[in-house]
Amino acid sequence: MKRATLATLAAATTLALPAAADTVDIGVLLPFSGVYAALGNEIEAGFALGLETYGNDLDVEIILHREDTEVTPATGLARTRKLILQSDVDAIVGVVSSGVLGAVRDMVDGAGVPLIVANAGNDAATGVDCSPWITRVSFSNSQVNRPMGRWMAEQGIETVYTLAPDYAAGRQMIEGFTGAFVEAGGTIVGSDYTPFQQTQDFGPYIAQAQASGADALFVFYAGGEAISFVNQYASFGAGDDLPLYGSGFLTSQLYVDAQGQSAEGVITALHYVPTIDNAENAAFVAAFRDATGRVPSEYAVQGYDAARALIEALETGARDRETLGAALRQVSFDGPRGALSIDPATNNVVQPIYVYETVQGANGMTQTVLAQLPAEADPVNGCQMPSLPTN
Amino acid sequence: MTQDLSFWTLQTLNALQLSMLLFLLSIGLTVIFGLMHFVNLAHGALYALGAYIAASIAGVAGFWVAIIAAPVGVALVGVVLYGGLIQRMRKSGPMAQVLVTFGLIFALLDLTRIFWGDLALAMSMPQVLSGQVDLLGVSYPAYRLFIILLGGAIFVALALVLSRTQIGAMIRAGVDNDAMAACLGINVERLFFVVFCVGCALAGLAGAVAAPLLSVTPGMGLQILIPTLIVIVIGGLGSLKGAVAGSLIYGFVQTFGAVLAPQLASVLIYALLAAVLVIKPVGLFPAKG
Repeated sequence: MKRATLATLAAATTLALPAAADTVDIGVLLPFSGVYAALGNEIEAGFALGLETYGNDLDVEIILHREDTEVTPATGLARTRKLILQSDVDAIVGVVSSGVLGAVRDMVDGAGVPLIVANAGNDAATGVDCSPWITRVSFSNSQVNRPMGRWMAEQGIETVYTLAPDYAAGRQMIEGFTGAFVEAGGTIVGSDYTPFQQTQDFGPYIAQAQASGADALFVFYAGGEAISFVNQYASFGAGDDLPLYGSGFLTSQLYVDAQGQSAEGVITALHYVPTIDNAENAAFVAAFRDATGRVPSEYAVQGYDAARALIEALETGARDRETLGAALRQVSFDGPRGALSIDPATNNVVQPIYVYETVQGANGMTQTVLAQLPAEADPVNGCQMPSLPTN
Repeated sequence: MTQDLSFWTLQTLNALQLSMLLFLLSIGLTVIFGLMHFVNLAHGALYALGAYIAASIAGVAGFWVAIIAAPVGVALVGVVLYGGLIQRMRKSGPMAQVLVTFGLIFALLDLTRIFWGDLALAMSMPQVLSGQVDLLGVSYPAYRLFIILLGGAIFVALALVLSRTQIGAMIRAGVDNDAMAACLGINVERLFFVVFCVGCALAGLAGAVAAPLLSVTPGMGLQILIPTLIVIVIGGLGSLKGAVAGSLIYGFVQTFGAVLAPQLASVLIYALLAAVLVIKPVGLFPAKG
């Protein structure tokens, strides 16, 4: 798997014509080791595929500088500094952890280097801490959950119990959901935050939620915790009286095979699922499967769209930090996720959200899209966007 | 809802289940520590290895084969570790041992990552254990009950071996005074080796048993290390009784803390740990008086 990724990356690095007139240096800032290594590799695979798909006609040679952030903010900052000062990159793509994004924010903002965020969902990055140099093509934590709150209320669900790990993303996801659900007339009957990365045994919490008598359970878990949670939820036989809903990371394509039948019937919402029915997505899924042998996850599409945003910016003639930064904010296209654009007020992506049910398919678990919820821009959340310096 | 009897039954079972999983893990570590004065921090990494081996084998040969093969596989890794590293480190003092075995955690972690990849694996539980069982008026997952029973069975077996057999007497003698035991003609070296391998096998068993319940991730060995060390410090070094008492205290404090005082859940166990260290610095049931 890793070798295939590296091969496509090597291909991507040299894909432009040798006679290319210009070169741009792009930093790829992702975790390739540590607990988020799987996400880093998935985003990189998507990014490499995006460059290959959209970069062919470009009269620019793209030189990639790959740096491993691990999951440590200090390491992320050191690698960013290296990219900016030593490798002298024109733009940076990546960042998985919100903690790392928080650490590098001032560095890229101060140095005036465009950063295309390909994962980190921290609301503040396109809120209070927004920067004209930081463009997010992935998602924000509240963005993926807010529409779900409204949708669940519309389905006649009146009372909900919520669970999430106790850290910034967990809280933002639940707050995004809760705000919209309560506004739409629902009631939260109970809510717990589980100690992050300390608790893998969710039995006590699931039993507590079951006893609350709520109509539904809404949770956010990701990674290994998502697998544990869904498996344990199923083993308690809680499905009958307390159906499981959640943020789509819970039943991400990346983990759904490991969850197996436990994930059947779980309804979640996210900005991407591989079964979205449009031509762009069909082409993307086929190409990704050819390149890696697996079905792409939301992380892969974030890398893929980050590459596409970069290339669309390059196609406008942008070549250096200033012009790239300005061009990235204008980017909009129809991708595998549907119509994407960048909100000029916050530099955050505006995209549709999909509600989907995980079901048993012919080859393992798959997703049935139940509803496509309209794209809406995040509230400005205290972002005061300065204009880019023009020269 | 907290006055409800079924609430207490259900959460008590949850607490017992967590306790037994930690017991399986900490007993190996504590006996190695008590007997050999050897700080094997890599024990958690062996647990992760057990989970990976079990998940891989379960996919081919099923759950029951996996749960037997994993301890055997991890014990074999233990043999290699013992011959290559542990034996040489035995006399080199706790600081060197901590550093080397801590380094071993990362080496093993990266080896599992290179071998099995970054994505979390899962292991499905056998059909017979996948449902729920009605017990004392609550419906409880059969698999969790299986963990409780398995932990109990291992405890009884170890207690019998330690108290009733000759090898048990030799181990107890070695824990109490290894120099005197050697003078009495006990081959302490060989005893250490056997105990080390059994400890590794128990870590592998804990990993295999945990795999269907938790997900199998490269970091799981590191995550479990702190709870295991807390269990050992509370219970006291080197004793079976200490391991089971520490595990039960940890399981109950963690579980009931989570549901009765969720805001305090993550600090409760550390507060208890501090209290034990202040009142009884050697733990509640240390092997040596």
